Amino acid sequence: MAQSLRPRRRFRQPSVIPGFGLTLGYTLTCLGVIVLLPLAALVTRASGLGLSGIWDVATDPRVASALRVSFGVSLLAALTASVFGFLIAWVLTRYTFPGRKIVDAVVDLPFALPTAVAGIALASLYAPNGLVGAQLAKFGIEAAYTPVGIYIAMVFIGLPFAVRTVQPLIVEIDREIEEASATLGATRLHTLVRVVLPPLIPAVLTGFALAFARGVGEYGSIIFIAGNLPYVSEIAPLLIVIKLSEFDYGGACAIATIMLGISFVTLLAINLIQAWSRRRFGYV
Amino acid sequence: MSKAIPHGDIGRPASVVTEGSRVRWLLIGTAIAFLALFLVLPLVTVFVQAFAKGWEAYLAAFTEQDAHAAIRLTLIVAAIAVPFNVVFGIMASWAIAKFEFAGKNLLVTLIDLPFSVSPVVSGLIYVLVFGAQGLIGPWLIEHDIQIIFAVPGIVLATIFVTFPFVARQLIPLMQEQGTAEEEAALTLGASGWHAFRTVTLPNIRWGLLYSVLLCNARAMGEFGAVSVVSGHIRGLTNTLPLHVEILYNEYNFVASFAVASLLAGLALVTLAVKSGLEWRYSADIAAGARGH
Amino acid sequence: MSDDTFSQTGTSPKAGFARRTPGSARPKSVAALCLIGCLAAMPMATTALAQTELLNVSYDPTRELYKDINAAFVADWKAKTGETVVVRAAHGGSGSQARTVIDGIPADVVTLGIPSDIDAIARLSKKIAPDWRTKLPNQGLPYTSTVVFLVRKGNPKGVKDWGDLVKPDIKVITPNPKTSAGGRWNFLAAWGYAYEKEGKDADKANAFVGQVYKNVPVLDTGARGSTVTFAQRGLGDVLPTWENEAYLVFDEFGRDKFDVVVPPTSIYAEPPVALVDANVDKKGTRKQAEAYLQFLYSDAAQAIFAKHHYRPLKREAARPEDLAQLPDLKLFKIEDLQGNWDDIQKKNFDNGGLFDQLSKAGR
Repeated sequence: MAQSLRPRRRFRQPSVIPGFGLTLGYTLTCLGVIVLLPLAALVTRASGLGLSGIWDVATDPRVASALRVSFGVSLLAALTASVFGFLIAWVLTRYTFPGRKIVDAVVDLPFALPTAVAGIALASLYAPNGLVGAQLAKFGIEAAYTPVGIYIAMVFIGLPFAVRTVQPLIVEIDREIEEASATLGATRLHTLVRVVLPPLIPAVLTGFALAFARGVGEYGSIIFIAGNLPYVSEIAPLLIVIKLSEFDYGGACAIATIMLGISFVTLLAINLIQAWSRRRFGYV
Repeated sequence: MSKAIPHGDIGRPASVVTEGSRVRWLLIGTAIAFLALFLVLPLVTVFVQAFAKGWEAYLAAFTEQDAHAAIRLTLIVAAIAVPFNVVFGIMASWAIAKFEFAGKNLLVTLIDLPFSVSPVVSGLIYVLVFGAQGLIGPWLIEHDIQIIFAVPGIVLATIFVTFPFVARQLIPLMQEQGTAEEEAALTLGASGWHAFRTVTLPNIRWGLLYSVLLCNARAMGEFGAVSVVSGHIRGLTNTLPLHVEILYNEYNFVASFAVASLLAGLALVTLAVKSGLEWRYSADIAAGARGH
Repeated sequence: MSDDTFSQTGTSPKAGFARRTPGSARPKSVAALCLIGCLAAMPMATTALAQTELLNVSYDPTRELYKDINAAFVADWKAKTGETVVVRAAHGGSGSQARTVIDGIPADVVTLGIPSDIDAIARLSKKIAPDWRTKLPNQGLPYTSTVVFLVRKGNPKGVKDWGDLVKPDIKVITPNPKTSAGGRWNFLAAWGYAYEKEGKDADKANAFVGQVYKNVPVLDTGARGSTVTFAQRGLGDVLPTWENEAYLVFDEFGRDKFDVVVPPTSIYAEPPVALVDANVDKKGTRKQAEAYLQFLYSDAAQAIFAKHHYRPLKREAARPEDLAQLPDLKLFKIEDLQGNWDDIQKKNFDNGGLFDQLSKAGR
């Protein structure tokens, strides 16, 4: 039918492949029931407060500071994860060394390890009487129960995103361009900075954004290792839990909505980076 | 060790397209040290703590009834959530990869959304829908249906947090394969289902297996979302990660780390199988990569 | 959006790598998995219906206590009526436990850490009668407790009384009063101490509490979290905590590492119990649930309370050696100092209350 009418703008391009209605319908139904409906319930509940109500919650000093801790530390952690993630991805794709495959497998550990397990393990490692914590204490560094603990947990969960988004692109880099650059007299450092790095930037940014988004929302591994002090080491997801146990559903929903909004913006940013990258480099 | 050559570059002037060997080893050392400190050490800690008091104390953690209940519940939740996401993932990737339609990017973004939603929020939203004070809570109470603080709520929260896992893995795979093979099969008279089974599925099956593994690991390990909807009823609504927390809070650290080591073991098996697949099919991988 | 950069497994560069290998084992195994899931879920659902189950939603430190109590009640009920009941327990921070009842967890009875949490259930969900305190003896308190100090062995910082908590070199570990009942009792005990000492000056008492919380480096969400931080992780000099919790640490971590310091005065801590009327009527478990709560006042249960270092209502029912563990100290009731529980909760812990003001001022 669609073919015979041939409207200028079709909802979908014609295709001989069957199952469009079935699969798209099923997809939309699942998405609606599992994801969109409950999220709508959240936004509805929060909108009961009105925009000014949500603004009041967001600017409440304790909430504002929890959001600042979550976003600030997550930014730092994502930055660290990106730098070291890039390094690890580079080492894994460019060099051969004994145990490379095992190192490669280890990178995915945070994907597979439950966050609560990571939390108690990190807490017992970095506590003042823990293996690493005791060493740090000698230098006067307190890791567990401070924002540093939050940072460590966030680097842990963010690292694989940073590695795995960059790695495939390093594999695909055409080595001949590097050779050409070298032949034309560029130093290795120059080649890396001017030739190799620029096309990788979108992937690095994507990995950064993913690590950031996961860090902001992380709960399980952090509560064990953060001090949870208001204004110092209290993260936004914990504040949601606290608001809930105070029976302050409106406040909990408001913070959740703010975080949801920011997740959505982050995803959008990833989209834009990749669209830009497609235009700029012809691939993502 | 010094014989290390740049990966895949035999016969080329190595110095031009790689770093000096000292820099190389410095970078390798940094990468490994970083991974060891941040990833491997916590993992090792789990096992060290679990066996801190020997085998017997370790095994004692698994003789408790509550531990059995937690293991059973975790298996049940994964057994429902993972197949659900497999079916959803296949359906979604078929619709998205094989057809061009308006609003596709938005759809993909929405499927991704659970990735970046805080686990706490993932739990909270189901409380808001199904809780006694929630959207349809009163109706559920009237009809005697218990969703949150019971298995269905835990399953729902788990499905939510693992929602994009399979779809996200399959969409690029199917997109890369295009539609030519399916079209050929269909032209030769195969039914849509037949074409899917004999043409599409073999092409995506390793990707599917990967995503099932990771989806399963996450489903069994989810803590934040599940802890909001579980209610923590001993022997009834505690999953393994919650059981880890409970034991930890009962000063039963060995048992807590023992149960944690079970989950860590699952993670290791997941990674081992995944890497095994990658190594075994690396020839195919290389062929695939060269094809583009 | 590019799809392969988002993929989690890092397999994207290898996309299509299995192109040549035919085979189709998946759909069958997927179907089998579904089937296993359904089969596995069924027995859960049926066993849940087969016998009478009571659910006791309780607060954090009572895990060990209710293991014993529940076993004793099940045996007692079986002997009296021949009926087998199963008593399940859920533990967590008192506030979040109350929240799960409000959100619909099918609790038959609640045994929480502080009266205001049960008031909140009554107010927000109407599942508990507002006059729940009049339904059981002693205002729904089968036992009481108080707050004592746990310190490192030998008490190196010389902590003797509440006044010592504000010394500059003291680190105090206490849970978040917003989420933990124990945290609230600690808060109120410090306040009450200062109020009495400063000639009933509420402003000075507020300032004193503010000083105490300046010395708090970690604010866990539950009493259990704080104990782990103090005892296992080695943080802090003093842990003001439930009396029962302090002695439990002795039993779990060994007496050679810690001392209990009993301050001259402390608070009369009231962890109440109540029937969740709406739930028991719906489930048809009123008879068993009421019997369970009555059982808490029986001699047998009272002895168990004392054994776990709670202060039993009937001292005569407890073993003398257990009672000897509960020292005499002057206990004050916070209601005598601050008025009724609605006011206490609002003034101190609700949004914008004293705790919020203090943590804002203290940052």
